[in-house]
Amino acid sequence: MDGIHDLGGTNGFGTVPHRINSLTYKPVFHEPWEHLAYGLLFLGADRLRTFNVDELRHAIERMEPRQYLAAPYYDRIVVGTASLYVEKGVLTQAELEELAGGAFPLARPQTEGRAAGSPRPHFEVGDEVVVTREFVRGHTRMPKYVRGKRGTIVHRTSVEWPFPDAAGHGREARRQPTYHVSFDARDLWGETAEVSAVVVDLWEGYLEKADE
Amino acid sequence: MAHDSHPTAAPIARRAQALKDALDRKKLIPDGFIEDFTKLMEVDWDPANGARVVARAWVDPAYRELLLRDGTAACEQFGYTGPQGEYIVALENTPTLQNVIVCTLCSCTAWPVLGLPPDWYKSFEYRSRVVREARTVLREMGLDLPESVAIKVWDTTAETRFMVLPFRPAATEGWSEEKLASIVTKDVLIGVARPIVPT
Ligand SMILES: [Fe+2]
Repeated sequence: MDGIHDLGGTNGFGTVPHRINSLTYKPVFHEPWEHLAYGLLFLGADRLRTFNVDELRHAIERMEPRQYLAAPYYDRIVVGTASLYVEKGVLTQAELEELAGGAFPLARPQTEGRAAGSPRPHFEVGDEVVVTREFVRGHTRMPKYVRGKRGTIVHRTSVEWPFPDAAGHGREARRQPTYHVSFDARDLWGETAEVSAVVVDLWEGYLEKADE
Repeated sequence: MAHDSHPTAAPIARRAQALKDALDRKKLIPDGFIEDFTKLMEVDWDPANGARVVARAWVDPAYRELLLRDGTAACEQFGYTGPQGEYIVALENTPTLQNVIVCTLCSCTAWPVLGLPPDWYKSFEYRSRVVREARTVLREMGLDLPESVAIKVWDTTAETRFMVLPFRPAATEGWSEEKLASIVTKDVLIGVARPIVPT
């Protein structure tokens, strides 16, 4: 999904709000409600198995863009988690709004997603690959800054995971390995790129073998 | 529909509590579940864990070799496993290479070894800029790398969780593992800082 969350390479944002080694990172949470965000997310994803983490990521991506940008991080987790409990029929928006004493805006509607393609031979470390030029409307873990770009495989995972474009929609998802694909930063950002390489972790289904 | 008219939402503290109360009313939250998970997040998952892994790799060549070959197994030796730590890959820095970790799409991090991701790591500023202008971003954050140091940025877009293995600074000969671990911070494990030997 070419959504507001797909931020890699977007211009216009300012200074990162941090000086290195200036924080102890304790306490971990700053507001008394923040721990509930991941707690209730993992209740649904890990314990009750009401939804999976890909669906959670996609629910957050489905937040109305202005709501996404305005909400702090743990607020987005709460909205995504609440949206899934509602979509899965566990809760209703009405009861959430009654308990909250006000509006509880949820993510925009879920869509169909897509199944993984058919299995094919794995790639090997050193192979040159091209990221498919696909414009996926639903959940995907291919950031748009590498779409259609050529890179080199530096690692193939020894574990396989459900194809997120299907799993993010609650569909049956075939498992695939992922590949750490190294891109020359100049191919992504032009000759004046400040970075030598960007390595992106991509499911097999996002890749094709490059022409010689 | 509600989301098209942008109603002013109830404050997030009330919405978060409402979500918990709604699940509670349906008896869906097992006793102690939130408390136990919160302890994992606040206490167990800590950058001191990653620091111990790094310090061991600095003093034990066989462990270092294992960490670079199978980061998950190396972290498991310390018991650092669990959600967001199921497939760990360590990235080795050298004096001429700095590895930096980001998740441009959300916030993915190796929780058991790095702890939960910090606010700045989840900021739109870091997510948008570091894949494109890392040298400037690091300089702004306080790490001014010479041009002779290449920067490689790793985007955590799938299930691999990365940790940076910094190179051991000079002037740390004879240090204990504990003392070595003390200079490996969360920022060092993410790759936006290098270990600093106090003078
Ligand atoms: Fe993420």
